[in-house]
Amino acid sequence: MNDSNRSLASFASTWSTARSMLGKDLLIERRGRVLTNQVLPFALIVMVMFAFALDSDAVLERVAPGLVWLATLFSTLFIIARSFAVETADGALDQLRTTGAPPAGIFLGKALALMIQLLALVVVLIVAAVVLYRADLSWEGGVLLVTTALAATSGLAAVGTLYGGLSAGAKGRETLLPLLVLPVVAPVLIGATRATESAFGTNGIAVGEGWPWLGLLAVFAVMFSVTGAIAFGSLLDD
Amino acid sequence: MTTTAERNVTGTAFTRGLGVVTIAGIVLLVILGLFVSPADVNQGESVRIMYAHVPGAWLAYLAFIVTAVSSAAYLWPRTRSLTWDRIAGASAEVGVLFMAISLITGSLWGRITWGTYWTWDARLTTTAFLFVTYVGYLAVRGLGGSHQQRAKRSAVLALLAVLEIPLVHFSVELWNTLHQEASVAGRGTDVTMDGLMLFCLFLGVIVFTLMYVWLVLHRQRALHLQDMLDDTGLDAALAARRAEANV
Amino acid sequence: MDDLGFIAGSYVVTFGAILVYVVSVVRRSRRAGRDVPRSERPWT
Repeated sequence: MNDSNRSLASFASTWSTARSMLGKDLLIERRGRVLTNQVLPFALIVMVMFAFALDSDAVLERVAPGLVWLATLFSTLFIIARSFAVETADGALDQLRTTGAPPAGIFLGKALALMIQLLALVVVLIVAAVVLYRADLSWEGGVLLVTTALAATSGLAAVGTLYGGLSAGAKGRETLLPLLVLPVVAPVLIGATRATESAFGTNGIAVGEGWPWLGLLAVFAVMFSVTGAIAFGSLLDD
Repeated sequence: MTTTAERNVTGTAFTRGLGVVTIAGIVLLVILGLFVSPADVNQGESVRIMYAHVPGAWLAYLAFIVTAVSSAAYLWPRTRSLTWDRIAGASAEVGVLFMAISLITGSLWGRITWGTYWTWDARLTTTAFLFVTYVGYLAVRGLGGSHQQRAKRSAVLALLAVLEIPLVHFSVELWNTLHQEASVAGRGTDVTMDGLMLFCLFLGVIVFTLMYVWLVLHRQRALHLQDMLDDTGLDAALAARRAEANV
Repeated sequence: MDDLGFIAGSYVVTFGAILVYVVSVVRRSRRAGRDVPRSERPWT
C-alpha cells in the first residue's frame, strides 16, 4: 500500500472503530437504562435540592443557568464512571486493544456516546429549569441554547473520556475522577453558564452577549478532542 | 540488612554544601525581611509577607514547568528513563508545597490589606485551580501499578495540566471582567520599591530556589530508593515462593 | 498589632511547612535506606 492508501485505510479504520464503539455504548445504555433510570432522576433531585437550599424564587431564577450546568457536571461524573466500568469489568478494553483497533477510534466512539447521553441530560435539565425555576426562553435564546449545549457537551465528553481512560481500572478511581475532571472543566462551566444566562435573559442580559462564550466552549471542545484522540492511545497501552 | 540507623541517606557532598548555604540564606532573609527592611509607604508592614509569598508562587510555577518538561522527557522514547518520572513527581510535590504556602501567605496579606482572606480575581482563582490540579496529579501518582504505569499516567496528566492552565486562566479572566467591583487594583507588586526591599525580594527568590533544588534532589533520591525497594521486594517475594516450592 | 501577628505567622507557616516536609522526606529515606546498601545507590 502506498502512503495515501495507508492513511486512507487507517482513517477508515479509525472511523469504523468509532462507529462500533458508539453503537456498543449506546446499546449498553439502551439495555441497562442507567442514564434514564438512575442518572436523570439524580440530576432532577439535585435541581430540587438546590431549590430547598436557596429557598427564594428570585434567587433561583437568577442562578438557574448555573444550577443547570452544575447538575450536569455532577451527573457527568457518574456517566463517565459507568462508561469505563463496562470496559474494565471483563477486561473488554484490553481485548479491544489487542485487536489492533486504533485508539483514536476508541476515544472518538466513546466520546460521542458520552456526548449524546449528556445532550439528553442537558435537554431534560433545561426543561426542568424552565419549569422549576421559571426561566424564560425566547426563540433566539433557544438557538443559542442548542449551540451551547452542543459545544459544552462535546468538551465535557472529550475531557470525560480522556480522564476516564486515565483512571480506568485503578483503585480509588471513583473518588479520583471528580478531583481530576472538575478543575479541568471549569472553563466549560463558566462559558456554558454565561451563554445560558443570555439565552434565558437572566438579569436582563441580552441574547447577543452569549455568543462570545460559545467561542470559548468551541475552543475548549476542539482542544480536548484533538488532545484526547492523540493521548488516549498511550493511556491504554499499559 | 544493617540495623545501625543511617543519618544521611540521600545526601552527598553537594547537597550538604547546598544545605548550609540555604540555611544561611534563610536566616538572612528572615532578619532582613522581618526586621531590617523598611515598611512600605502604601502597604505598611504587610509588605514583609511578600518576601515569602512572591518567591513561593514563582518557584511553584517553576516546579510545575519542571514537572511538565520531565514528563515530556519520560514520554519521549529516546530519553525514556524512570529518573525523569521521579524528578517530575518530586518537583510536583515541592510545587504543591510552595503553592500552598503562597496561597496561605497571600490570604494573610489580603486580610491585612483588603480586609478579606479571599477574593475572586483571575490570578488568585487560577492559582487555586493550579493547586487542586496538582493535588490531583499527586493522587494519580499514588494509584499503584507498575512504575512504568505510574510514570506514563502522570506524564500524560502533567502535560494535560500545562494545556489546561491557560484555558482556565483565560476563562476566569473573562469571567472576572464581568465583575469589575471584585478585582481591586494590582496586588501590590506595582509599588515603587525601596532598594533594600527589592533586594529582599531577590533574596527571597534565591533562597526559595535553593530550597527547591535541595528538596527536589533529596525527594527524587528518596523516590528512587522506594522504587528500588519495590523492585527488590518483588524479587524477594518471588525468590521466597520458589524456595518454598523447592522444599 | 494583629497585623504583626499575621506577618510573623506567615513566616512561621512558610518555614514551618517546609521544615515538616524536610523531616518527612528524611524520615522516609532513612527507612528505605536501611534496606538498600550504599553500593546500590546511584548518587554515592
